Amino acid sequence: MAGTFKFELVSPERILISGDAEQAVLPGSEGQMTIFAGHAPVVTTLRPGMIEVAIGGASKKIFVKSGFAEIDAERVTVLAEKAYEAGELDAARVAEELRTAEAELADAKDDEAMLMAASAVEQLRALGGKAA
Amino acid sequence: MPSLKDLRNRIASVKATRKITKAMQMVAAAKLRRAQEAATAARPYAERMDKVLGNLNARANREGASALLVGNGKDQVHLLVVMTAERGLCGGFNTNIAKLARADAQRLVASGKTVKIMTVGRKGADNLRRDLGKNIVERVDLRGVRQVGFANADEIGQKLIAMFEAGEFDVATLYFAEFKSVIAQKPTALQLIPAKLPEAAAGDGKKAEAGAVYEYEPEEDKILGYLLKRNITTQLFRGLLENAASEQGARMSAMDSATRNAGEMINKLTIKYNRQRQANITKELIEIISGAEAL
Repeated sequence: MAGTFKFELVSPERILISGDAEQAVLPGSEGQMTIFAGHAPVVTTLRPGMIEVAIGGASKKIFVKSGFAEIDAERVTVLAEKAYEAGELDAARVAEELRTAEAELADAKDDEAMLMAASAVEQLRALGGKAA
Repeated sequence: MPSLKDLRNRIASVKATRKITKAMQMVAAAKLRRAQEAATAARPYAERMDKVLGNLNARANREGASALLVGNGKDQVHLLVVMTAERGLCGGFNTNIAKLARADAQRLVASGKTVKIMTVGRKGADNLRRDLGKNIVERVDLRGVRQVGFANADEIGQKLIAMFEAGEFDVATLYFAEFKSVIAQKPTALQLIPAKLPEAAAGDGKKAEAGAVYEYEPEEDKILGYLLKRNITTQLFRGLLENAASEQGARMSAMDSATRNAGEMINKLTIKYNRQRQANITKELIEIISGAEAL
């Protein structure tokens, strides 16, 4: 393995994670992507989903609701609009997010918005099953 | 000449006022710290956003670019987004922002443009209502919000974008007070739409180089479109946070000087009271002594 890279997860209100990671899985808008150190520089938008990042042997899961990521060889910066660590997510919050996502799905105007909302609903349903 | 009782009452009332202003100053100081922390915490996000946008801006194709970036080609209807506090008693804070917005509004009206105003915060609406009341098209009330969150900014951002897409205005400018320090808050105008992006390419070889190697997924124009919308919200959020910090800073210094003035007034009134009391005693003594001499 090529070693570690600097991983940062930033939401508008605070920095959630900042540290040296070995591996990160991001829900890119054009497909799930796994990142190791030395990745080619990419800027991608994210769809709602789980980010899994391995920092110091421990794996962390964070749910993000849209955002984008800037990736280069030695750092990954995720700018998430809304992000919850898996531990922070309780059933009530999942239910609330699910409601907004379903509402968004109902009045999505174009394919893209519909796709985004649908994937949010799907992810949250999966989570809701776990949390409940 | 006020009687002794009047003076006593006034001293008591000024003392009560001083207690209130002192308490408000301390509350503002505590809130200021929190507001400053929130503003600092929001900075990394905004910085990264700026950087990526700068890189994209340098590379993106300007012709097909989103109207949010290049404008819709018109310059007729201006929307002024005026952010102020929900409460008064903070010195010139609200007035200064409103003054800047009003000056710009009058300049725009004088040059034949249409001016629409969106107020965020009650005090701005109150201040502008008298002369620009008919121009206020939208009011956002944050009175129930204790700590401004990204969700508040997002709500305003969605409204703005919806209005822009419906063609209700051509240019949007944000007015807020930039937090310089506790004693200095600078009313600032920031153009939101079309977006003013940092020019990464212009003369800055290092940045342009860094931007040149990125791949974009999905393609650049799409990301740019998405980010421009996000950027508006981020700017609004920044404005809200700066404003919150500035408001508390302004209130703190206003209440500090109010407390000091109250202290001075109490001293003056106390001296007056003591003199009056002494004069009364002297007068009574003279009366007694002259009464005794007469016998």
